[in-house]
Amino acid sequence: MKKSIITAMTAFLVSSAVPAAAELVFPLLSYRTGAYAPNGIPIADGFSDYLTLINERDGGIGGEKIKMIECETAYNTEKGVECYESTKGQGSLVYWPLSTGITYQLIPKVTADGIPLHTMGYGRTSAANGKVFSHVFNFPGTYWDAASIITKHMMDVEGGSLKGKKIALVHHNSAYGKEPIRTFEALSEKHEFEFITLPVDHPGQEQKSTWLQVRKERPDFVAMWGWGVMNQVAIKEAASIRYPMDRFIGVWWSSNEGDVLPAGDGATGYKAIALHNTGTDFEIYKDLEKHVISKGLAAGAGDHIGEVLYNRGFMQGALVVEAARTAQKIHGVSNITPAMMRDGMEALKIDQARWAEMGLANYAADINVTCENHGGPGLAAIQQWDAGTQKWTMITDFVGADRSIVDPLILEDSAAYAAENNISERCN
Amino acid sequence: MIYREAGDFKTTYKADQDTFPIRFDRVAFWLSIFVVALIIPFFVNDYWEKAVFLPFFIYAIAAIGLNILTGYCGQVSLGTGGFMAVGAYSSYKLMTSFPSLDMFVVVILSGFVTAVVGIIFGMPSLRIKGFYLAVATLASQFFLVWLFNKWEWTYNYSATGQITAPERDFLGIVVTGAYSDPWATYIFCFGFLFIFGWMARNLVCGHIGRSWMAIRDMDIAAEIIGVNPLKAKLSAFAVSSFYIGVAGALYFAVWLGAAEPTEAFSIDKSFDVLFMIIIGGLGSMTGSLIGAAFIVLLPVTFKTLLVGFLGWPTDIAEFIQIILIGSLIIFFLIKEPHGIAALWRTLKQKLRLWPFPH
Repeated sequence: MKKSIITAMTAFLVSSAVPAAAELVFPLLSYRTGAYAPNGIPIADGFSDYLTLINERDGGIGGEKIKMIECETAYNTEKGVECYESTKGQGSLVYWPLSTGITYQLIPKVTADGIPLHTMGYGRTSAANGKVFSHVFNFPGTYWDAASIITKHMMDVEGGSLKGKKIALVHHNSAYGKEPIRTFEALSEKHEFEFITLPVDHPGQEQKSTWLQVRKERPDFVAMWGWGVMNQVAIKEAASIRYPMDRFIGVWWSSNEGDVLPAGDGATGYKAIALHNTGTDFEIYKDLEKHVISKGLAAGAGDHIGEVLYNRGFMQGALVVEAARTAQKIHGVSNITPAMMRDGMEALKIDQARWAEMGLANYAADINVTCENHGGPGLAAIQQWDAGTQKWTMITDFVGADRSIVDPLILEDSAAYAAENNISERCN
Repeated sequence: MIYREAGDFKTTYKADQDTFPIRFDRVAFWLSIFVVALIIPFFVNDYWEKAVFLPFFIYAIAAIGLNILTGYCGQVSLGTGGFMAVGAYSSYKLMTSFPSLDMFVVVILSGFVTAVVGIIFGMPSLRIKGFYLAVATLASQFFLVWLFNKWEWTYNYSATGQITAPERDFLGIVVTGAYSDPWATYIFCFGFLFIFGWMARNLVCGHIGRSWMAIRDMDIAAEIIGVNPLKAKLSAFAVSSFYIGVAGALYFAVWLGAAEPTEAFSIDKSFDVLFMIIIGGLGSMTGSLIGAAFIVLLPVTFKTLLVGFLGWPTDIAEFIQIILIGSLIIFFLIKEPHGIAALWRTLKQKLRLWPFPH
């Protein structure tokens, strides 16, 4: 028994070590199980549906079929390592682990292995500095951009000034949730508001004391960096203490339908920052219906289409596919390597005309990645939930962050990383 | 006629007390050590290193550590995750504060720091026993994780509280960071397992080990025959925490390369290691190794079989894998409540008498 398993595993590893000819391999490190599955499932579905669509409709990218390898991480760093190691030998072009913990582990590894890492709106914010982080990308926006844009919106609500106001950050007590604190602190100095943090421990089911503190402290605004089950509990608790929902603003990871629906009507007015539009009101979803859904090729149970996180996964798919196209164009070959993929990501440009061509008109802001700026453009909008129609509505345009606050922080943190790891600056 | 004591004459007390009294066992042991230490390093690749061997070696060290405390000295502990965190964070502080320090020294020193912390949290064991002690050590688990979240000095004031292992070497060979070779980290961790496994075996066979077992079997009787419970219990806590601290340092610095306290050192870790020694066998060296292999390697094996071969959806495979491992645990505990190591012992007994069982 034991012997046959070992033989079987060896056979598998030998066979998997040889990359299949002429296929573009996109690994998907997803989590469809565990405490974060409610968020992990829609985004994984969106990503794999986009790739299936490209395969079915266009026959792949530039004539090359896409092969997707899915691997379950359960949001667990040990499993993440296993997934990375078991897929990297198969010609994987780009990783997006959807976990800040796994991202921190992979940053040095992907750089050593020469495979790009795309942490879309999460991970290590200072990776936006392409001069230091050659293989890590976090466009279209970072947490520090988000913190700044959220603060901007609060200022708009208050009529231009936050002086003397109090802002609370309810955050997941992990690297992910702590990421924006530094920016909020810098912002609180600049705009003279008081800033308090209310950490919530994993998994976040128990938040009574957190919201009791909110009642006691009476902050003018609450910002939230939540993930998984923590989101819906927070929104329900906020509704139950009758906190004014239009003063409660979540990051883009705290804005799925599954997060707001459990609170029912109480969630009306809840705001969240958005990287992209929601719903299925785009050209490409007609193709999706025709080529994927009606053929029964949709990933998972196919019941998340059009949700915020599904669309996020969809956009993730669109971005890596466009990056692969760019790489093919730069190098003039269709069967690209991870190194070429990296060049493609670094040269990725998507303007509104291109978004429209892709069937995603009005979906997201322009994307513009350069050698120096891997986080570009850093634009996001604010959307608001209406429980009556069960829809998110954009209430602002895509706006940029306060660069005078965010950029120095990015430089400082990336310089510390460069010094720690003896990295010399690129792009000069 | 292979597994026999006949013909294997012992002429000294030393030979008589050998860990492996049967020649066949001795040969098999040294042969497997030879293969693991001198053959596999030439073939090991990133996947086998990071997904199979390192986790097994590191959890085996932790399991041996906990087995010393729980299996040999009878003190139940649920603080393993917290003690691993102490090992990890002290190695991080040592690595960043003294960049020129050799990685071997870093790991050993982290073990000593953890031993001190272990002694402090072992104090309640002088007063309380059994489940009550389990709860007291549980408090250490939560306190330590909270501490590493709160005390910014421990993670060098980084914005996220995440610690990342810088590149360090052992005698000039890089063993941490992304540029370390698989064979180097493999040998490094295996070396620790071998040395500390050897030491643990000798400790439990010696004077200290016998006083631990005396305390485990009946502490009042032990005290009456002259075993000092303070010394026995606290030394068990110290040695056990030392091992767990070493495992924590390797876990963070060599295997994962980055960690944050709430995820990497949660209560799940404590349970995992406790399950390893319960399934493997309390008070058994082989048991620690078998238990670690069981908990670490089976999930990977099942995943590879279900997803890699049968092509099942990853989520279904994950659930089935959890169910399978759960049922295997139940099966083994029903078949042999003293752990797989006891099963192994029975098997060996039978083999000695075969083919004449009476």
